[in-house]
Formats: sequence, structure tokens, C-alpha cells
Amino acid sequence: MAVEKKAQGGGYALSTLDSMIAWGRKYSIYPFTFATACCGIEVMGAFGTHYDLSRFGAEVVRFSPRQADLLLVAGTINYKMAPVLVRIYEQMLEPKWVVAMGACASSGGFYNNYTVLQGIDKVIPVDVYIPGCPPNPEGIIDAVVALQKMMETGAPRASERWPIKI
Amino acid sequence: MNDQRKNVVLAKLIEKFGGDVVSTHSDFGDDTALVRRERILEICAFLRDDADCRFDFAMDLTGVDYLGETPRFEVVYHLYSLKNRQRVRIKVRLHEEDPEIDSVVPVWPGINWYEREAYDMYGIIFRNHPNLKRILLYDEFVGHPLRKDYPKTKRQPTLGPQE
Repeated sequence: MAVEKKAQGGGYALSTLDSMIAWGRKYSIYPFTFATACCGIEVMGAFGTHYDLSRFGAEVVRFSPRQADLLLVAGTINYKMAPVLVRIYEQMLEPKWVVAMGACASSGGFYNNYTVLQGIDKVIPVDVYIPGCPPNPEGIIDAVVALQKMMETGAPRASERWPIKI
Repeated sequence: MNDQRKNVVLAKLIEKFGGDVVSTHSDFGDDTALVRRERILEICAFLRDDADCRFDFAMDLTGVDYLGETPRFEVVYHLYSLKNRQRVRIKVRLHEEDPEIDSVVPVWPGINWYEREAYDMYGIIFRNHPNLKRILLYDEFVGHPLRKDYPKTKRQPTLGPQE
């Protein structure tokens, strides 16, 4: 009853436009999966029914970077592939976020050789790193939740600090 | 029957190209001939066309780097005869300062990409190859990474988006 009285004359809540937009973004992440290795299989597991990433509002996988706002790099990126990855990143519209999934995308992993890029942060800014080889689907969910927190709090994206100047 | 036939191949090779066949062996059923590079094209054409050989299928070509030895490089051809169901391995040694050999694409067109790979990884030049350029690595790559003296920690420049 007390609630009804408070709501008399039309209910409303005070907010800012920014937090409204952030709330909307948070539950409508459109991922683009750049899967080049076994991490891609775990991504499929994360989108599948068992782990069901759609519970976090990130189920609409876009297969065009122009419609996506999350680049999920899952797998080994070599020097020959790096220009392709940069081109895809550049095609995405702002604001955009990048997740480096697994040891290879984060640091090159155990491929310390002449052909593998030693972490995708050599060429594009990365917001969230997922450790593991490959990580569990839980790792992907954890990364999405971390991104949601970033969106909610308006934390600076990695691309705003790119390229890193010391 | 099969053993006899194998010996026939090496014997014929020695008979026809005596001076250019450095050594042969048939250990564990692997027929191998080490030959000089000068007449590799003729030798390959002979192995393909001779009635006792008929090596119509060039299964593999690869390079080997014996760093510290002279000659340093080796090219290995693995040939198979679908008709006679037999294999032979041909090896050629190449010097470091002059790692060139005639391309055998005129004999087996399918060997094209194998020679490009050997060029890509070892820097072996195949003369008269129709399209001798890198096959696995990109054009801007400097050096040949499967050479034993390629620095393990060397990193290539990272490229931007290509047009």
C-alpha cells in the first residue's frame, strides 16, 4: 500500500541519459567472433544451450564487423593474419570493445616462434584478457560480465588509451 | 619380385647416369640415391619415363639444412610409381654459397608448390620455376625461417592492413 501511495500521480525514476544508454548497451552486446583455433570451439560451447550466453544479453552473433560492438578474438593470430584482424577491427563502429581469449591471443601462448604474433595487443587495443588454453565457457561469461561492468561504470575503453604513449 | 624390381631401379640409374650418382643404398627397403644436381632434370625424366621405373607420382619434395657440413643443403625427392607400386628417394646436396637447382616442374607439374615451400623455408632457388615466390609466408618476410641459423627470437615487422 505504501508503494501505491508513493507512486500516485504517475511513477518515475530519476536517471541520466548516459546511464540509460549504458544500461541498454550492457544487455545488448553484439559479438563478432574471430575464431582461428580451438578457442573457437569453446566459444560455440558458450553460445550453446548449456552455458547460454544469451542470459547476459550477448547472444546475437554478428558475422559482419560493421554490426558488432564486441570483437572476440579466439585463437592464434600469426603475422600474416594480423593485417586482416586490424582491418576487421577498423570496420567496427564506435564504441567497440575487444576481448583476447586464451593464451595465444593474449600473448602468443606457447607459439614463441617466427610466425605467431605475440599477443593481439601488438596491433589492436584489448579490453579484457581471458587466461586459459583454451579457457572454459565460464571464462567467456566472466569476460562478458567484466565488460558489462565497464559499460555500466563508463570505464575508459582500451582504444581511448591507444596507442599507449609513455 | 618386389626386391628385385627395387634393385632394378637403382641399377638402371647407376648404369645410365654412372658419374652423376654419388651413392645408393637400400637399407630397410628404402631405395635411396644421392645424385649430383647438374643432371637432376634428366634423371627425373628418366625415372618417370623408363618402363621399369614409371615414377609418375612425385609425392614430396623438401629441403634439409645440415648446418656445419659441406655441402650445407639437401633437396629430397620422394617418388612413387602407381603402376609398379614402388618408391624411391632421390637426394641432392647443394652448397651454401650457391643453393640453386633446376626445377622439376617440367617433369611433374604437381611439384610446383613443394618447390615454392622449399624456397620459402630454406631459400633454395629452383631455376626455371614458373612462379618462384613465397607460398606460406608473406612477401615482406625477411629471411628463411627453417634454416638452422635463423635466430629463434627474431621477430618480423608487423604489417598494417593491406589494400
